[in-house]
Amino acid sequence: MSGSSLELAALTKAYGSTVAVDAIDLKVPANTYCCLLGPSGCGKTSTLRLVAGHETATAGDIIIGPTNVTELPPAQRGTAMMFQSYALFPHLTSADNVAFSLKVRGVPKAERRASAMDMLGLVHMEPYAERLPAQLSGGQQQRVALARALITRPQILLLDEPLSALDPFLRIKVRAELKRLQKELGISFLHVTHSQDEAMALADLVVLMNGGRIEQAGTPREVFNAPRTAFVAQFMGGHNVIATGSGPIAVRADRVKLRRAGEPGRLSGTVRGIEYQGTHLQVTLASPDQSDLTALMNEAEFDAVPLKPGETLAVDWSEQDIHRLNA
Amino acid sequence: MSAVADRHVVADAEAKSASAKPSLFSRALPAWAQALPLALVFLVFFLVPLALTVMVSFWDYTEYSLVPAFTLRSYVEMFEGCYDKLPDLCVTLKTYLSTLKFCISVWLISLGVGFFIAYFLAFHVRTTTMQVALFLVCTVPFWTSNVIRTISWIPLLGRNGLVNSTLVKAGIINTPIEWLIFSDFSVIVALVHLYTLFMIVPIFNSMMRIDRALLEAARDSGASGWQTIWNVVIPLSKPGIVIGSIFVITIVMGDFVTVGVMGGQQIASVGKVINTQMGALQFPPAAANSVILLVAVLFIIAALTKLVDIRKEL
Repeated sequence: MSGSSLELAALTKAYGSTVAVDAIDLKVPANTYCCLLGPSGCGKTSTLRLVAGHETATAGDIIIGPTNVTELPPAQRGTAMMFQSYALFPHLTSADNVAFSLKVRGVPKAERRASAMDMLGLVHMEPYAERLPAQLSGGQQQRVALARALITRPQILLLDEPLSALDPFLRIKVRAELKRLQKELGISFLHVTHSQDEAMALADLVVLMNGGRIEQAGTPREVFNAPRTAFVAQFMGGHNVIATGSGPIAVRADRVKLRRAGEPGRLSGTVRGIEYQGTHLQVTLASPDQSDLTALMNEAEFDAVPLKPGETLAVDWSEQDIHRLNA
Repeated sequence: MSAVADRHVVADAEAKSASAKPSLFSRALPAWAQALPLALVFLVFFLVPLALTVMVSFWDYTEYSLVPAFTLRSYVEMFEGCYDKLPDLCVTLKTYLSTLKFCISVWLISLGVGFFIAYFLAFHVRTTTMQVALFLVCTVPFWTSNVIRTISWIPLLGRNGLVNSTLVKAGIINTPIEWLIFSDFSVIVALVHLYTLFMIVPIFNSMMRIDRALLEAARDSGASGWQTIWNVVIPLSKPGIVIGSIFVITIVMGDFVTVGVMGGQQIASVGKVINTQMGALQFPPAAANSVILLVAVLFIIAALTKLVDIRKEL
C-alpha cells in the first residue's frame, strides 16, 4: 500500500440553501493521521462523505495523489470508508464481508478467501471468520469493518466516528491500535470525531471545523497551545477565554494562579465549585464581566492553601502565558 | 458448610415458588383473557368449518341428498382413471396442472413487478408522504368490486377494445388479436394486476429495515447497482419475498372468480371445479377437492418456509 496526499480546494457542499461545507481548503500530506474535529453539524462528516464519494460536491475539487477524483465513483478514488455503525452485511460471515469488494470485482473464490483471511489476521479476527456480525461484539464488528475497508488497499482510509460506539475503556485501547495500524500501513487516515481528546491523542494533523469552515488546522500541540480563535480555545478545552481591553486572550487553566484576596492579581473571582479529579483539582470561579474561569491546581498546591466555595480570590497569570486570540 | 447453606437456599427458593403459584396464575389470567377473543374467532370461523369440511369429504351422497357415513368415494372418484390413463392426464390432474401453471406464472410476474415497485418505493422515493401516496395508488385495483373490475377489462382488452383498436389504427396488426381476453393471457393479467400488491407490501417492509449504510458500503466496495441488488438487497428482502409469495400462491391456487370471468368460463381451475360441484349440491366431492387443494397449498408453504425463518421476521 502506498500513501497519497489529499488536497481539498474550495470544496463546497450545499443542501438547498444550507451550506454544510463552505469552500474549505486543506492539504493532508501522505502518511498522515488527520482528525476532522468539531461539534455536531460543523460539516466534518459531510467533508468525509465528499472525500469518500458518497456525496457529490456542489463546487470545488478533491485531489488524491496526482488525480482529481471529484467526479469519480467511490471505488475508483483509492479511498475506503469505515462507517460509523460499521455497516457490516448482516447476512454474510466475517470472511464474506471482508471479501465482498473482491467478489464484486470477480476475484475467484479461493483467492478472495485467502486475501480475506490475511486481512482478518491483520486485525486479529481469524478465529471469527465464520461468524455472522450479530454473533460478534461491537469491538469485533469494528475490526471486521476495518478489515473490509483495508482489503481494497486504499491510499486513504476514511473513518466516521469509529470509536463512538465503544465503551470508554475499549475506546482508548482501540485508538492506540488505529494509530499503530496507520503507521504500519503507511497510508493516511482521515478520522472524524467530536472528541478533542481523541484528536489530540491520534492526530498528526488536527482540523477543527465550525459552521462548515475550517477554524484551525495544525498539529495537536499547535492547535492546543496557540488557538487562533475563542471557539478553538473553548472547544479544545483547558483554556480560559478572557475579554480584555485589547481583545480576547486565552490563558491555559493550568497556568492560572489563585491568590488570597488583596494579593496582586489581574481579576477577582469567587469560587463556585471545586472538583477533585485525581491528578489535580479543578476550581471554577465566577468573575464579574467575564464568563466562568477555570484553574487547575495540583494536590500539593491546593493543600497549601485550601479553598472554600464562596471565597473571593485574586486571579493572576504571567505575561508569557497570555495568548492573543483573533476577535 | 457452604453446600449446606446452598441447599438451604435452594429449598427456600422452592418453598417460595410453591407459595407464589396462585399469584403466578392470577398474573397469567389477564394474558389468557386478552388472547381469548381472537382464539374464539379462530376456533368458530376457521377450525370448526375446516373440521366440518374434512368430515363432509368422507360422506356419501346421492343426486338429491347427503348421507352421513365414512367412505372414500369422493376421493376415489376424484382420481378415478388417473393411473390407468397415464401418460395421458385425467381431468383432475389436468385441472391441478392448469391451476399450478397460473399460480407459477402469476407468482413469477408479480414477484418481478412487485420487487421492483417495492425497491423503487423503499429506496428511490425520499419522503414518507410520497411513499404513502404511491402506496395508495397501488391499492387502486381494490377500490371497486371484483365484478366491476373484471368487466372493466373488456373495453380495454376486448376484440374491439382500446388495445386492439390502437394497434390496428397504428398499423401494427391487421386484424384484432383474439387472445387478449377470455384466455390464459387475460387471466394472468387480471391476477397480476390484483395480487402484486400482496407482494409489494411485505417486500417493502423488509426493504425498509435494510440499513441505508449497507448500500453505501456496497458502493464503497465497488459494487454496481445490480450487484448491490443481487448481493445485498435480495438476500435481506428474502423474508418479505417469501411472505409475499405465500400470499400470492395461496390466493391464486384457490381463485375461481377471476379465472372464471377472465377465462370466459372456459378455463379449468381447482377453485372453479369446487364451485361447480357446490352449485350441483355435491358437497362431499367439493369438500374432498378442498381438502386436497389445502394439502397441496400447505406443501408449497412448507417448502417456502424452509427457505426462511418467518417467525424471526414478524
